[in-house]
Amino acid sequence: MFGFILDFERPIVELEKKIEELKMLADAEHFEVKDEIQRLNKKAEHLRENIYSRLTRWQRVQLARHPDRPYTLDYIKYLITDFIELHGDRLFRDDPSIIAGIGKFRDRSIVIVGQQKGRTTKERIRRNYGMPHPEGYRKALRIMKTGAKFGIPIVTIVDTPGAYPGIGAEERGQAEAIARNIKEISTLPVPILTIIIGEGGSGGALAIAIADRILIMENAIYSVISPEGCASILWRDAAKSPQAAEALKLTSKDLLELGVIDGIIAEPPGGAHRDKEGAAALIAEEIDKFLNETEDYNTDKLIRERLDKFYRMGVFSSNG
Amino acid sequence: MKWFKRRKKLQPPEERKTVPDGLWQKCKGCGEILYRKELERNDFVCNNCGYHFRIGSREYIRILLDDGKLIEQDTDISAADPLRFDGYLKKIKEIKEKTGLNEAVATGEGKIGGFEVEFAAMDFSFVGGSMGSVVGEKVKRAILRAIEKEIPLIIVSTSGGARMQEGILSLMQMAKTGSALAELEKARIPYISILLDPTMAGVMASFSSIGDIIISEPGALLGFAGPRVIEQTIKQKLPEGFQRAPFFLEHGFVDTVVERKELKNTVTKILRFFLKKNGKM
Repeated sequence: MFGFILDFERPIVELEKKIEELKMLADAEHFEVKDEIQRLNKKAEHLRENIYSRLTRWQRVQLARHPDRPYTLDYIKYLITDFIELHGDRLFRDDPSIIAGIGKFRDRSIVIVGQQKGRTTKERIRRNYGMPHPEGYRKALRIMKTGAKFGIPIVTIVDTPGAYPGIGAEERGQAEAIARNIKEISTLPVPILTIIIGEGGSGGALAIAIADRILIMENAIYSVISPEGCASILWRDAAKSPQAAEALKLTSKDLLELGVIDGIIAEPPGGAHRDKEGAAALIAEEIDKFLNETEDYNTDKLIRERLDKFYRMGVFSSNG
Repeated sequence: MKWFKRRKKLQPPEERKTVPDGLWQKCKGCGEILYRKELERNDFVCNNCGYHFRIGSREYIRILLDDGKLIEQDTDISAADPLRFDGYLKKIKEIKEKTGLNEAVATGEGKIGGFEVEFAAMDFSFVGGSMGSVVGEKVKRAILRAIEKEIPLIIVSTSGGARMQEGILSLMQMAKTGSALAELEKARIPYISILLDPTMAGVMASFSSIGDIIISEPGALLGFAGPRVIEQTIKQKLPEGFQRAPFFLEHGFVDTVVERKELKNTVTKILRFFLKKNGKM
């Protein structure tokens, strides 16, 4: 249950280990330790609250990238029945960095699209660390259009460091693929829900994040540039990423304040990686709510409101 | 060739980083020392090798629009500092003073070859032509005006990408401008996108690469990721000419590469094509 542990998680994890040990010892020796365990559990809860309410933005970035965090395929496993993955952009190849498919969510048909990072080294390489090529975005759009054609709602799941910066990606029009997705998705005639579950890396995230409702997990991030990239541009020093993370205002709370997202999905105590199934259950409630609320949608109104929502985004001053 | 004569009226641009002052100018393409007055007369294209110097939005207004006249809109909106990003507003103020521009894009109405158009020209000397809330808003409004007035849209792009100092809000300008283009398409309004050196990242990945006709100037660097980022990622040197206009043409992402002196002529021909008869679309 304890995989990769971040520095600030350590005190909590150690206390939890102690509680476990005490429980085992008590079982073996038939001690009565109920009170003691209750006391320690309370202490752990306080500790968790204390640590998580004071996380810096950089610590949130680390949580968003936590290698044990649930990925798109984990959520599909917990949430979608009769899932069938659909491959390829019909132009060049299949991009394993993006999962696209059809299935049922609580007896409703939905189309699901999301970036996928890998869990093992081999898998990470195959998934290109969740960094799609143009063909990934073109596949995503293709499957989303299939949903739109048959009036089926779409759920997209965002988890990417960014669109892949490579030779083949440029040759095949990474910029064009992202631009086209933004333009086409903005007027798809079905309800679209986007959930940012980990990293929302710039244009590579936005290409599947044009939606009627955009939600973000409590410990996920969404940013125009990675803190490392920002730090190396501003101060020519990637070691200053923590300062860059502060400046970029990329946490769920920041994004809500900036009017970029519509809501935050709370995570289980300690973060989604400590209780994947619990996190999935919290997401399920939001999908359910969205599908209920958009069940009798009016296409024109839906598209108009989606466009207007993006038209409103941005902050500037008038009168020079 | 009336417009050709008009170019003689070209005033030397105010102090600008992209075109330095001085009597002589060394060509970045061939190294030839060029007489500046001559270079100006040639729209800042090297007579010797055809290298296109980077020039600003005001120059493109002069080169492309009839009588060099743009009825500029939305000059009253300017950058705010929603993230309270260290030094951002100070930087904007300095650049405004230095360039005399009010943002990285100028938008409004003008005429090309007698045809009314909605026109936008970006300027790389303003924070690298980066797109923040103001650029996004001005481009969106230009797109919506083209729809309302039923006139073609011309955008001259040059940009390093999104404006980092406005964080996620600058990313959302991609969504804003890109979705406005969906409305433009639905209204069947022609959009000609002209790409200058360089057009990259957030601007290329939103409105610049989606035109009905996409034209690039020769030698322009075009793409999503910057060459330095790609080299760091793949840990290899990039081949000669990578992401340059001919590369983009070869891979099918621009319709045509047109020299600066032919730009107005080409755009006029395209407008004539779209406006089939009686000047109507």
